[in-house]
Amino acid sequence: MENILQIQVIYFAKLRDLIGLDREIYSMEEGNNPSDVLASIKKKHNIDIGTNFKIAVNDEFSQWDIKLNNGDRLVFIPPVTGG
Amino acid sequence: MKEFKITSNLINSQIIGKSSSIGARSVFEGTVRDINGGHDVIKLEYECYKSLAIKEGNKILDEASEKFGLIDAFCIHRVGTLEIGETAVIVVATSGHRDEAFKGCRYIIDEVKCRVPIWKKEHYQDGETEWLKGAG
Repeated sequence: MENILQIQVIYFAKLRDLIGLDREIYSMEEGNNPSDVLASIKKKHNIDIGTNFKIAVNDEFSQWDIKLNNGDRLVFIPPVTGG
Repeated sequence: MKEFKITSNLINSQIIGKSSSIGARSVFEGTVRDINGGHDVIKLEYECYKSLAIKEGNKILDEASEKFGLIDAFCIHRVGTLEIGETAVIVVATSGHRDEAFKGCRYIIDEVKCRVPIWKKEHYQDGETEWLKGAG
């Protein structure tokens, strides 16, 4: 039987305003990656938030196709506008 | 010395980077302006993904120090609500001579603006608000 991963997703800025939450937990299948989580977010909230994000896993920049682990903290980073 | 800091307090650059071996001290200060894209801006709100911002900010300071041989490299970025005219970000780069200080300071602010996870929301005179889009 496949393991289920609990992935914490944290939202910032425009994404948080669009979704209306600052964090959620998603139950994902083993082998899933950030792209799969994004698809789940879009499906759950029925919104098109695009794909123009960088990825951070556990506070490190990461990749869309990285395999997630149970308990990972995932952030979709919209284009930054500091300064 | 190197330091990248996120703060919700007012920023003062006067106390940063004052050691005796310094021959040049370049300071960039980004401030809140009252107009953007034809909209009258009344205040800004900055939000930050702090743990990653500090990591990435320190990486930029390391790069700048290495590239330009800086003696000091500092960057302090405000978060929270800022009024018109307040300082949103300060960069201080010091070196033996002016060329490295200018170049280092420019490198730091340019990289911070495109790499560090900080976002800006504008509040307009007409009551509307908008998260700025960024370069993507």
